Amino acid sequence: MIHKKVNNVQEALKGVKSAMTFMLGGFGLCGIPENAIAELVKLDVRDVTCISNNAGIDDFGLGLLLQKKQIKKMISSYVGENEEFERQMLSGELEVELTPQGTLAEKCRAAQAGFPAFYTPAGYGTEVAEGKETREFEGKMYVLEPAYKADFAFVKAWKGDAAGNLVFKGTARNFNPNMCGAATITVAEVEELVPVGDLDPNNIHIPGVFVQRIFQGKNYEKRIEQRTVIQKSESC
Amino acid sequence: MLDKNGIAKRIAQEVEDGFYVNLGIGIPTLVANYVRDDIEVEFQSENGVLGMGPFPFDGQEDSDIINAGKQTITTLPGASFFDSSMSFAMIRGKHVHLTILGAMEVAENGDIANWKIPGKMVKGMGGAMDLVASAENIIVAMMHTNKRGESKILKQCSLPLTGVGCVTKVVTNLAVLEVKNNAFHLLERAPGVSVEEIKKATEGTLIVKGEIPEMNI
Repeated sequence: MIHKKVNNVQEALKGVKSAMTFMLGGFGLCGIPENAIAELVKLDVRDVTCISNNAGIDDFGLGLLLQKKQIKKMISSYVGENEEFERQMLSGELEVELTPQGTLAEKCRAAQAGFPAFYTPAGYGTEVAEGKETREFEGKMYVLEPAYKADFAFVKAWKGDAAGNLVFKGTARNFNPNMCGAATITVAEVEELVPVGDLDPNNIHIPGVFVQRIFQGKNYEKRIEQRTVIQKSESC
Repeated sequence: MLDKNGIAKRIAQEVEDGFYVNLGIGIPTLVANYVRDDIEVEFQSENGVLGMGPFPFDGQEDSDIINAGKQTITTLPGASFFDSSMSFAMIRGKHVHLTILGAMEVAENGDIANWKIPGKMVKGMGGAMDLVASAENIIVAMMHTNKRGESKILKQCSLPLTGVGCVTKVVTNLAVLEVKNNAFHLLERAPGVSVEEIKKATEGTLIVKGEIPEMNI
């Protein structure tokens, strides 16, 4: 077995510098690498590019990096729910690249899987395709999208072991598996770091080969953005 | 004239047995409430779940189980979770049969605009561009006109496009329209709405053939 375990978030983020490009897993606030984000705030790295489906909310997730003006460029598919983001975007302080969600996921997966680029129908005929190579296959038009390049990928899993194997829970899975192995160094934080051998090899979502560093995360808040519930008295 | 729930109710009639369906945010989300319960349908949410159920009971919400609108949800027996790349493989690969989404504008050639208004804060397209570029069956749920009474059913979209030539059907507060051969074909009228009213509210080419039935909802 090849050991990937590091003792804490500080060790896990060793080598992180200003002006780097990071991938961060999560959809909204679901499945975000909370510990890595908190440490990036402490490290005060600047001018970073973040590839993440969303940009957090004002006081949580990537919103924390935005508050300290650490982000130079955001690559996302949807960036609502964040006033500071809006202010920085409209004032021109923050560069924003909006990418269709499926294309964003696949640009990560392509990097993970060794594809330099791929053709997708998403965005053809729209401003997303402007300046990009297009090609017809069997009568339909496609846009060529290159794989992302990143220095670090920060992902969050439910369970993991010292070999770097990961298991995700519910929809907290989202972009996390696609970002594993898609950057030079993949850092996985887990809610539960279990002894090697405890995870059933049949049920591992991401094999440890895609992960360079893994650590036991702490103090997860796992905030809910839209708490929608039905009262027990309601019939449906 | 229909309200939002009426539009959702009419669209629910388009959902067939054995369909996997992706519902957008807004009116489309309401469609799930009106699908007949004698057919088997699974709802997909592009953040990575198939087999979505209703909202959880108070106290049973789980921050790890949400839909694409970031709302807490439940799953039904037979549900599955998957990553974002696989989710869009389902969509791009045409394994999801029906996409229902909202729009700001639709054009007679099937173009749709629903993600950006120049000069206003842009929130992003999310999964809409992937959905409209791939699905073969795209139904748009929308109001026929804007707040100023101007038609949103157009010859050509004026807003930045989300997708080209992709919309197959539009259900509005006034009518059911099929989009083909560069025109809107009037299929049904909303209760109490005349063909004349629909003509007046439609800027794009409208084809009216024979008696137009009233919606049965």
